[in-house]
Amino acid sequence: MSDALWYFARGSGVVSIVLLTIVVVLGIGSRSGKPAFGLPRFAVSLLHRNAALLAVVLVAGHVISLLFDPYAQLRLFDIVLPFAGNYRPVWQGLGTLAFDLLVAIIVTSLLRHRLGARTWRVVHWLAYLCWPVALVHGLGTGSDNGTWWLWTISIACAVTVAAAVGWRLSTGFSRFPARAERRVAPRLRKELEEVR
Amino acid sequence: MKLHVDWTACDGRGVCTELLEEVLVEDDWGFPVARDGQRSPTVPPPLEAAARQAVDRCPMLALKLRSR
Ligand code: SF4
Repeated sequence: MSDALWYFARGSGVVSIVLLTIVVVLGIGSRSGKPAFGLPRFAVSLLHRNAALLAVVLVAGHVISLLFDPYAQLRLFDIVLPFAGNYRPVWQGLGTLAFDLLVAIIVTSLLRHRLGARTWRVVHWLAYLCWPVALVHGLGTGSDNGTWWLWTISIACAVTVAAAVGWRLSTGFSRFPARAERRVAPRLRKELEEVR
Repeated sequence: MKLHVDWTACDGRGVCTELLEEVLVEDDWGFPVARDGQRSPTVPPPLEAAARQAVDRCPMLALKLRSR
């Protein structure tokens, strides 16, 4: 039984990072204002949300199984307070940190109609911190670090997100690139033109 | 029901025009325009579910569905 918990914790952790990778890529895709991945825009947005909720379920399973696991001996406050654990505190602490960030992102997203777009967006930027922290946590902790398959999965995830971020930063990303400039105050725009 | 667009918030991301093709079209800049020419277009009952989806998915929270 106790071994089963350990296996479940490892498996759900790996599936979580794969799902979170998909969530990040879909989130970037939904930001472009263009249909992406062969899907209409609203579908990219819906998939982003649903994949995120699924990831939350898996992450919850990952954490709960470790609470009851006799090896990891996760205590309740380890779920909230990073770097206080007994077992590989730094690597486990990164997991706690990623978990806290994920909770903040999800809760503000679920309440975003009440919080307003501004607050929601600021917290949502934390996704760019949450994802790499979760990835490093997976590579550093656990019984599977150093195995070829975990490296392969992690590198594939990293390459996928790096490609998406590269796309996000490219000029062809948004549907109407000229619009970004219109949001700059007219006075500043004049100065920008002079600099050019 | 009527669909209100907060123009200070809308970024013309086009999620609503996809979900409510019968009610909205995109202008040249990708911003939604009501087909019926009203400021806040009327959403007929069969499209209310789609309108609610649009309100939920609008990335800028620019849409509101009100009874008038
Ligand atoms: S979904 Fe929202 S931001 Fe996008 S065009 Fe419609 S109102 Fe504007």
